[in-house]
Amino acid sequence: MDTPLHDPDEIWVDLDAGPVVRPYAMTGGRTQANGRFDLVSMIMTSRSVSGADVLDLGPEHEAILRRCQQPTSVAELSAHLNLPVGTIRVLLGDLLSRLLILANNPDPVPALPDDDLFEEVLHGIRNL
Amino acid sequence: MASETSDRRDGSAGMPRATKILVAGGFGAGKTTLVGTVSEIQPLQTEERITTASIGIDNLEGVDEKTTTTVAMDFGRITISTDVVVYLFGTPGQDRFLFVWDELALGALGAIVLADTRRLADSFPSIDYFERRNIPFVIGVNCFDGTPRRHTPEEVRIALDLALDVPVILCDARDRASAKAVLVSLVTHAQRIARQQRAQRSAAASA
Repeated sequence: MDTPLHDPDEIWVDLDAGPVVRPYAMTGGRTQANGRFDLVSMIMTSRSVSGADVLDLGPEHEAILRRCQQPTSVAELSAHLNLPVGTIRVLLGDLLSRLLILANNPDPVPALPDDDLFEEVLHGIRNL
Repeated sequence: MASETSDRRDGSAGMPRATKILVAGGFGAGKTTLVGTVSEIQPLQTEERITTASIGIDNLEGVDEKTTTTVAMDFGRITISTDVVVYLFGTPGQDRFLFVWDELALGALGAIVLADTRRLADSFPSIDYFERRNIPFVIGVNCFDGTPRRHTPEEVRIALDLALDVPVILCDARDRASAKAVLVSLVTHAQRIARQQRAQRSAAASA
């Protein structure tokens, strides 16, 4: 490559900076979540949330808590809040460490899905 | 940790357990169409931003550049019961997005590879991927209108060099009954494989 990808003196402003910075600005620049969340981990708000619980949380945290009054997957949260999955994971980690959410993760990898699950899924699909 | 809350039958505090089915195939093979046909919701889109050393693409010699890639995935949902929810993920087809599948494949029940007989080679990366990781998959040959000639499942099996036990089904991704038949075929196939593996494990344990 003859031309460098980035001019070291280049300053990202306005729209140039937007898409790069925004999702992680919400997480304070963090990309690692506290806890492991699969795309289909089901999340539910664990209890009624008081004002004190969310005092130092962002509007996105609150949006997640509202959405998760009903069990909602990580993928659905990402789609509905229009945020990348990585960002959602970090926000969920914050909520989990405050015990504001419950998470139901899918079966761990080495385990074989149990036969009942196959039967139930087959039954459900046939009845669609 | 959250994983301890995962409880088999009752879910955690009445939460359903979720499982994944992947829908793979080349560009334009009908992945999103199939997801939309069987999903109870309008397909949604989620995106993952991944910082990765460039693999396969931008393969500039000696340049060890990290790049951020945004990969969009379409998905739909089928609520099986209050206990079980199935999410169907249309996987980004191109070779360079294969790394995204590692997470998607984690804990997946299995995969549907949609093949377009006009571009069979487009389904090779998906087939390779699932074969290598022992993820159960079936081939759905999506029969589009105006496809010059239809191929038999056997012709497709030979062209794709598939093992004899991999189901190959002709389908129309737009048709609900047809898409359901592909799903049923996959889940049945995956169930059979799981039973075999369980039998092998218990045989090995008692040997």
